[in-house]
Amino acid sequence: MIVLILALLVIAAVSWLIGAYNALISLKNQVANAWKQIDVQLKRRHDLIPNLVETVKGAMEFERGTLDAVVTARNQAISIERGNSTVAQTAAAESQLSGALGRLLAVVEAYPTLKATGNVAQLQEELTSTENKISFARQLYNDTATLYNTKQAQFPTNFVAGMANASPVELWEITDAAERALPKVDLTMKPTDRSRA
Amino acid sequence: MSQSANLFAEQEANRRRSRWLVLGFIAFFAWLGFGGDWILYLGTQHAARGEYRHLFPWFGMVMTAVGAGMTWHAWKTGASQVLWATGAQELTAARTPEERQLLNVVDEMAIASGVPRPKVYLVRDADPNAFATGRDPQSAIIAVTDGLLRICDRDELQAVIGHEMGHIKNLDVQLMTLLASLVGTIALVSDGFGRMLRSGRFLSGAGRSRGKKGSPLVLVLLAIWLLSWLLAPLITRLLALGVSRKREYLADAMSAQFTRNPLALARALEKIEREHAPTTSIKGACAHLCIADPLGRAVSRREGWLADTLATHPPMVMRISKLRAMAYQEIKRAAAGVSPVGDLGSARRETVR
Repeated sequence: MIVLILALLVIAAVSWLIGAYNALISLKNQVANAWKQIDVQLKRRHDLIPNLVETVKGAMEFERGTLDAVVTARNQAISIERGNSTVAQTAAAESQLSGALGRLLAVVEAYPTLKATGNVAQLQEELTSTENKISFARQLYNDTATLYNTKQAQFPTNFVAGMANASPVELWEITDAAERALPKVDLTMKPTDRSRA
Repeated sequence: MSQSANLFAEQEANRRRSRWLVLGFIAFFAWLGFGGDWILYLGTQHAARGEYRHLFPWFGMVMTAVGAGMTWHAWKTGASQVLWATGAQELTAARTPEERQLLNVVDEMAIASGVPRPKVYLVRDADPNAFATGRDPQSAIIAVTDGLLRICDRDELQAVIGHEMGHIKNLDVQLMTLLASLVGTIALVSDGFGRMLRSGRFLSGAGRSRGKKGSPLVLVLLAIWLLSWLLAPLITRLLALGVSRKREYLADAMSAQFTRNPLALARALEKIEREHAPTTSIKGACAHLCIADPLGRAVSRREGWLADTLATHPPMVMRISKLRAMAYQEIKRAAAGVSPVGDLGSARRETVR
């Protein structure tokens, strides 16, 4: 009888172990996948910008500064991500770009005549969507990463964490205070205060 | 407690409640099938040698087989039938800015929910509505009406698509297909049962076995079982509707999680509610997949026990107030200055509007 109970306990413990281990591995893969999603969207945004600048350049001759800020931030982000950048570095570079794009969008919004141009309206939707895609991808990454971090720290899963090679992953934090605020329309805004990375 | 904890706790509570309902449904189905076999076994186990003994549970097996067959058929043909019945057309390339926006919004919600991007269909109907269908998340379909595109702004459209994405992620299409097939199986078998009873063949058979060794326990069980069959079509339908309403709340909470903007869905629901004309092109059979009851039934708009048992969707007022409560929690959390780090809800999203 005692042997039977012991055997059942061992079976229960082993199946829990397998379950907890697999749950951690699955979450780890989900985190990696979510990060890849962000990467895809960031790349999309980087590819979109030259087209965007080309389209509005003529109509926005008077807003050179805003456009230049976008181009500068884009090139900076690309060069940073080409190296072995950390999550925080990528996040900082991309938030610069988000800020610059947000201001561009706000400027477009402020000129009804500019908005009326078919191309620009279409571009505005593309830009809005790209920005949303990035923030949704970031949200998914942060949600999954938090779940992963919580799970591996929680009792009793924390005993399996070492075995599953699980270590806390870095969240994509919004570091730039300027990005937290909604972009304001300020036509005198110069790109100089944004060029610091 | 933070807002996100509430949001995810809300989802968990909904999941738990619908899980119990589904378990109850399956237990009831098993009682109707294998329960009958068990009673017959009890009634015939002391039968004399050479007389019939009910040893193989053929009744339950047949019911399971019929249920499985109907589910398989519904699963194979369901999506295409629904789309054909509504006259929906696939939207592959956008022709108008509104269609472009719709495709973009679906892309965004697919990213937010982490499921593959579903196909998008348009229904030519002026009444605002939307539904999700498809065999699995890999081949899911979201259909929206022209009316929805007309009345919703970008954020509201995003919230509605988020709700449908929630249905897809929670496998609600499969769950409701399964339940509908089981309800159908029970209706079918109970119909055949009724005919057998009326023709008297079954009773004489049961009477013979009862005549020999009719213990009171077997008689009581048999009476309960027959009564269950009498009420089965009604009970199973009500259980399925109960599950449907729980899944609606869950999908609302999922939408709030994806968009981090519960008020947008509340606004969209208010707008849809105001245009309460029935969606004529969406038939009753797929009502439980829509964002709002397409039949415009009065029960969906009322509260109280009648609406609580008969509607596919919870009352709009309840859904809207739950969404407002989620938004309120978020504001309270922001005001309390909770550190955004390490908190699920805080992965703050800045949507460009």
